[in-house]
Amino acid sequence: MNEPAPVLELNDVRYRWPGRALFELHVPQMALAQGETVLLLGESGSGKSTLLSLICGTIVAQSGKVSVAGTDISSLSSGKRDRFRAEQIGLIFQQFNLLPFASVQDNILLPLRFAPDRAKRVASHGDEADRLCGDLGLPRDLMGARAGTLSVGQQQRVAAARALIGTPPLIVADEPTSSLDAATQVAFLDVLFAQSRTNATTVLMVSHDARLADQFDRVIQIADIAKTTRGIA
Amino acid sequence: MILRLALGSLLARALTVAMTVLAIALSVMLFLGVEKVRTGAKASFADTISGTDLIVGARTGSVQLLLYSVFRIGAATNNMTWESYQDIAARDAVDWIVPISLGDSHRQFRVMGTTAAFFERYKYRSGQSLSVRDGEVMDDLFDATIGADVAETLGYGVGDPIVVAHGLASFSEHEDQPFRISGILEKTGTPIDRTVIVSLEAIEAIHVDWRSGAQIPGQSTPVDVIRHMELQPAAITAALVGVKGRLQVFGLQRAINDYGEEPLLAILPGVALQELWQIVGIAETALIAVSAMVIVTALIGMMATIFSSLNERRREMAIFRAMGARPRVIFALLVLEAAVIAAIGALLGLILLYLGLYVAQPLIDSAFGLWIPVDPPTLREVWVLVGVILAGAIVSMVPAVRAYRMSLADGMIVRI
Repeated sequence: MNEPAPVLELNDVRYRWPGRALFELHVPQMALAQGETVLLLGESGSGKSTLLSLICGTIVAQSGKVSVAGTDISSLSSGKRDRFRAEQIGLIFQQFNLLPFASVQDNILLPLRFAPDRAKRVASHGDEADRLCGDLGLPRDLMGARAGTLSVGQQQRVAAARALIGTPPLIVADEPTSSLDAATQVAFLDVLFAQSRTNATTVLMVSHDARLADQFDRVIQIADIAKTTRGIA
Repeated sequence: MILRLALGSLLARALTVAMTVLAIALSVMLFLGVEKVRTGAKASFADTISGTDLIVGARTGSVQLLLYSVFRIGAATNNMTWESYQDIAARDAVDWIVPISLGDSHRQFRVMGTTAAFFERYKYRSGQSLSVRDGEVMDDLFDATIGADVAETLGYGVGDPIVVAHGLASFSEHEDQPFRISGILEKTGTPIDRTVIVSLEAIEAIHVDWRSGAQIPGQSTPVDVIRHMELQPAAITAALVGVKGRLQVFGLQRAINDYGEEPLLAILPGVALQELWQIVGIAETALIAVSAMVIVTALIGMMATIFSSLNERRREMAIFRAMGARPRVIFALLVLEAAVIAAIGALLGLILLYLGLYVAQPLIDSAFGLWIPVDPPTLREVWVLVGVILAGAIVSMVPAVRAYRMSLADGMIVRI
């Protein structure tokens, strides 16, 4: 059977924080296939954030290879990496995801401003933002509201719409549900997955909450794929 | 969209931004206001005397002669004799000549003795003549015509008596010969406003019983006697001269300066005014420097505000970074923001200035005799505004560089 190229692949990646001697993250191998939804479980301090920064290209590994959609991002210049991130990755954070002073629509369309190719895939920006909001269960009349006036649950849906717009191949979510209550968590993941499945988007979600595990295709314990070494300088 | 987001971010911090804008607006208003007052003052300074070709007096410095003859500042150390005056008056080149005699005062105002020709010949604000607001120009020996400020300050009206003091500080008043106010002049914005004008003979009349600055004891000539006396002055302080042809000005000036009978000085009012303005100009430069420093202070204040906003805005910058904005976009955002603040501040300053001018113009004119024209901004002022906006952008690069570094280090993950 002909396996499609993984959307995300890490090979023998080593990262040492500058200034913090002997604190090293080592990821021998990790790969995510297209359309997969993966939960990466780990306690805080296990190197989750570092791993996410490596995948998003805001930091670069000293050795090894991080490939997103077939491109080794460590080979790109920092400016190209920023553009690449905008084009290929939709991001959702834990909370305070949005520019509170900007309208919901401006927040959703923000990544397109930095990703021309992704912007081209969207025929009408306003309509697509409307459609995503509708599909994510947000009332239409919220589009013009300032993002800061929304409830936390609504804000996370707006963040999901922002990650989904222009169908990037990979969505990375950093504990997006930790600020939501249990019922909202499940609902949030349902609408997110419904959207990602229609576009065969890969979703990588980082969390410490194992209760969410049965909603994902696959669960990876960070301890199994990554090794952190700490020492005293 | 980026501009809209930058504006949105500014609006979200409306209060601190408004304070910064206000500081810049006030500093710009001050700077441009000083500029307006300066040019207005310079213009009305140059307008103090016009139409006079030469001012003649006893030999002294040209600025000094101008100061005491036109501005009534300081006193003449020497007078010129009546004979010299008549000699000059008799010259071919001289079209008209008006004598001026100073040295007495009424309260804080100088008294000037002159002839009726003064009202005809003295011109200000490029050729404007003096005009009488109330009453008429003095006619009788004991008539006085007073400037607008004199009338206003002392509450005088036409027909009121007025006592002239000898010397400049009123220790001894010439109480024997009270004058009557015959007329009050229109406000001119020149030293005339602060002058009591009497006839040349009147100056002689009040000194009939005086020798060397003191009243002769026991002697008091009755007014009726004085009226019949020969009141030819022996000396005058200065004379305003008009020549027949402009080309004769320099010849006449040289002739007067080389006058053999007594050391005299003839000056061109325009040239002396310029010399004087150069002296005053130092204060002018200091004023500009101070108001420029106020602008600098306001801009540094803006820089400080941006600096202190950086920490609370780390999240905002992280979101931009996560969405794929390069650090240089963060840099540009901050510089753009500062330029917008500076631009709004500069425009607001301009608006405040014109509102202020509109309101204050008549007040300044009546209080200081300074007419500040409400003209559209000059090119120079437009450059000041552009300069403020550019300086704002440049100054903001300091916090912008810090934001750039922070966003490089933070990346998209900020834990607050």
